[in-house]
Amino acid sequence: MSLHYEIRLSGAGGQGLILIGKVLAEAAAIYDNKNATQSQSYGPEARGGASRSEVIISDGDIDYPKATEVNLLLAMTQEAADKYSHDIKKDGVVIVDSSFVLKNPKGDFQVYSFPITQIAEEKVGKKVVANIVALGVIERVARVVSEEAVINAIRARVPKGTEEINIKAFKCGQSLV
Amino acid sequence: MDYFPYLRKEKLPHIWCSGCGDGIALKCIIRAIHNKGLDKNKIAMVSGIGCSSRTPGYVDFNTLHTTHGRAIPFATGLKMARPELTVFVVTGDGDATAIGGNHLIHAARRNIDLKVLLYNNHIYGMTGGQVSPCTPMGDYATTAPYGCLENSFDIAGLTVAAGASFVARSTVYHVKALEKLIEKAIDKEGFSLIEIMSPCPTSYGKINKKGANKNLVLAQKTQSVPVNKAKDMSPEDLKGKIVTGILADRDIPEYIKNYDMLTSQKK
Amino acid sequence: MGSRTYMMQGNLAVAEAAIDANCRFFAGYPITPSSEVAEHLSKRLPQVGGRFIQMEDEIAAMGAVIGASLGGVKSLTATSGPGYSLKQENIGYAYLTEVPVVIVNVMRGGPSTGLPTLPSQSDVMQAMWGTHGDHTAIALSPASVGESYDMTIRAFNLSEKFRMPVTLLLDEIIGHVYEKVSLPDPKDLHIVNRKKPTCPPDKYLPYAEDESLIPPMASFGDGYRYHVTGLVHDETGFPTNNPETIDKMLRRLHRKLDPYMSEIIEVEERETENAEIGIVTYGSSARASSSAMRAAREAGIKVGMLRLKTIWPFPTEAIFKFGQRVKSIIVPELNLGQIAHEVEQAIKGTVKVHKVNRINGEPFHPDEILNKIKECK
Repeated sequence: MSLHYEIRLSGAGGQGLILIGKVLAEAAAIYDNKNATQSQSYGPEARGGASRSEVIISDGDIDYPKATEVNLLLAMTQEAADKYSHDIKKDGVVIVDSSFVLKNPKGDFQVYSFPITQIAEEKVGKKVVANIVALGVIERVARVVSEEAVINAIRARVPKGTEEINIKAFKCGQSLV
Repeated sequence: MDYFPYLRKEKLPHIWCSGCGDGIALKCIIRAIHNKGLDKNKIAMVSGIGCSSRTPGYVDFNTLHTTHGRAIPFATGLKMARPELTVFVVTGDGDATAIGGNHLIHAARRNIDLKVLLYNNHIYGMTGGQVSPCTPMGDYATTAPYGCLENSFDIAGLTVAAGASFVARSTVYHVKALEKLIEKAIDKEGFSLIEIMSPCPTSYGKINKKGANKNLVLAQKTQSVPVNKAKDMSPEDLKGKIVTGILADRDIPEYIKNYDMLTSQKK
Repeated sequence: MGSRTYMMQGNLAVAEAAIDANCRFFAGYPITPSSEVAEHLSKRLPQVGGRFIQMEDEIAAMGAVIGASLGGVKSLTATSGPGYSLKQENIGYAYLTEVPVVIVNVMRGGPSTGLPTLPSQSDVMQAMWGTHGDHTAIALSPASVGESYDMTIRAFNLSEKFRMPVTLLLDEIIGHVYEKVSLPDPKDLHIVNRKKPTCPPDKYLPYAEDESLIPPMASFGDGYRYHVTGLVHDETGFPTNNPETIDKMLRRLHRKLDPYMSEIIEVEERETENAEIGIVTYGSSARASSSAMRAAREAGIKVGMLRLKTIWPFPTEAIFKFGQRVKSIIVPELNLGQIAHEVEQAIKGTVKVHKVNRINGEPFHPDEILNKIKECK
């Protein structure tokens, strides 16, 4: 069975969802040598309001670069959980940050709920790495990119000098699942 | 001196009317270029649309007659591609301060090394005498039948304020002074502008009842006040006068030199 | 995997390709969704000995690239719908004066300010008829990030060879999406440079007609002192009012691509051999169409696709032939049928043309196209 996996990362502007979208896409495409596309919402929407990034990972050509049937949704705010859970594939997965999402979306999918932002603050010591904690969760739940590839992509993408704290955040996320 | 080595003889006679200042200004430009010994192959002359903008057609340089108001942007690209060229822009008050006004102030602000020779004739001459941003208040034009109700631009003042290296004003009556100012502009590194008062007897003179064609040029003698003298005159006394001479001569880093220096340090 | 394999955005691929095509000047003005082209080149150009400038407006940016190209430097500008409208007068200047320049238009929704960062394909007619007067035009439309790179190289090559502006029509989706690309070694690229005069300067006629229809072009500053004007001119470059000369000059401008059509026009055919339903599409709409086609084929419907890589000159012949083979044609595009109308003209009424249109700022969902395929079956 060939691989075609759609990930939607949603939340608020500033939560670093575009960054982890790029990390996931690069992990798959560059380090795991699969195919990937990454797209994101632009414009006023990306100025503090809702933010959305989509990643498609495939071992073949990717015809359509936007998500049509989402295998995995990450929702880092209640608004995102409400707005983006309508086109989840049957038996798909929704991961919510229970620091902000108090009401889980309902549907024909499995919900994983972790206080991602709270954990980032308490266990890693920095709220801003919540996105990387979420990335750890995604890696474990989705199993479509290798751990090594994600770590390589994190190192290549995050600001110099912050590699170790980000790797720590990633591992912390992995350990939640 | 012999002007013909600098002219495209077969393109003459020129289109300018009897009593127009544009031909006089052209002779001043050629003399200045000759005096400075510039290589014709390394001169580009760029213009927009209008009477003044027909100048490049007559001179034997690399010549570029562009769209209305846009001579400065074309010249900017050319200069950035070939900084070794001396790039003149010949333009008019309508071309450079109405449709092209934005380009003028930004090129002056950047201080890119262009030599702008702006002929101010107070009118849109080629299109038949419509009002321009430099028509004196109260004067008539074909689109100002009740008199011009708008303030005129002080073009030189505007260019000084925008940050040009060198700004001057002269008239076609003062041919020797004009020639020397053009030479100074050639020497100066940075944005240079000379506002050349070049009367239009046909489109401006007639409708404003200025009499014989030669009158407008001759009047420049009495209208002109050197900048040093003007300093001590009241705005009332300066009404209707042309303040001539150098209005700004400053050493400000030139845009392309600055660009090359900055980018080579940090790339 | 080559050393030049990246996850890259369409806009960045354009910028990198420009560098590899030897473009050494960019002038632009900020406008979404194209600004990444300018941002990237502002950093890259000085690293390779080029120069970048952000002008005071779109009109000035277009003027500056023409000026630089006359200086002999390959030049690029990038914009989107509203900026493309503003540039049109000077684009016309480049057509008439035959100055090579490349214009990237990353299309967004219009008219007017429209939909600043949302996808659209509503400038395809503007790329042909945006400026006043009769002329010919070249416009290319990539459907992926990799193709954005390839077509930028091609846009420069065509522009240099035919002495004219070439428009590269990306849309917001292709401009912004990140995809995996393997860029070629610049040494392996086929790069075309404009033909220069070989005659002595006093014999140079910048607009003389020869059998190629493309006169050689001298750079300002190289000793060929000549005149360039936006007025209709004769072969010497000077304005003319002679009706015969005007006619000759303008007709040459209009037909100068005629001998080269097969070289310029590129289409991609996919599964057209046994197709009963044909899709004619371009740019990002081709991506949704591919998905729809795959689903339709799985359901046993014989669908084939003709993708326009060259929009202008219009691939009339290829479309006519395709129309002969299929029972109906579907044209999905993010506008209200600009290219569908051209397709109708091209197939001369032989089969019915069905439009699939979307103008609400969202990309096509493949299901919309699939539904139309099922309707046509």
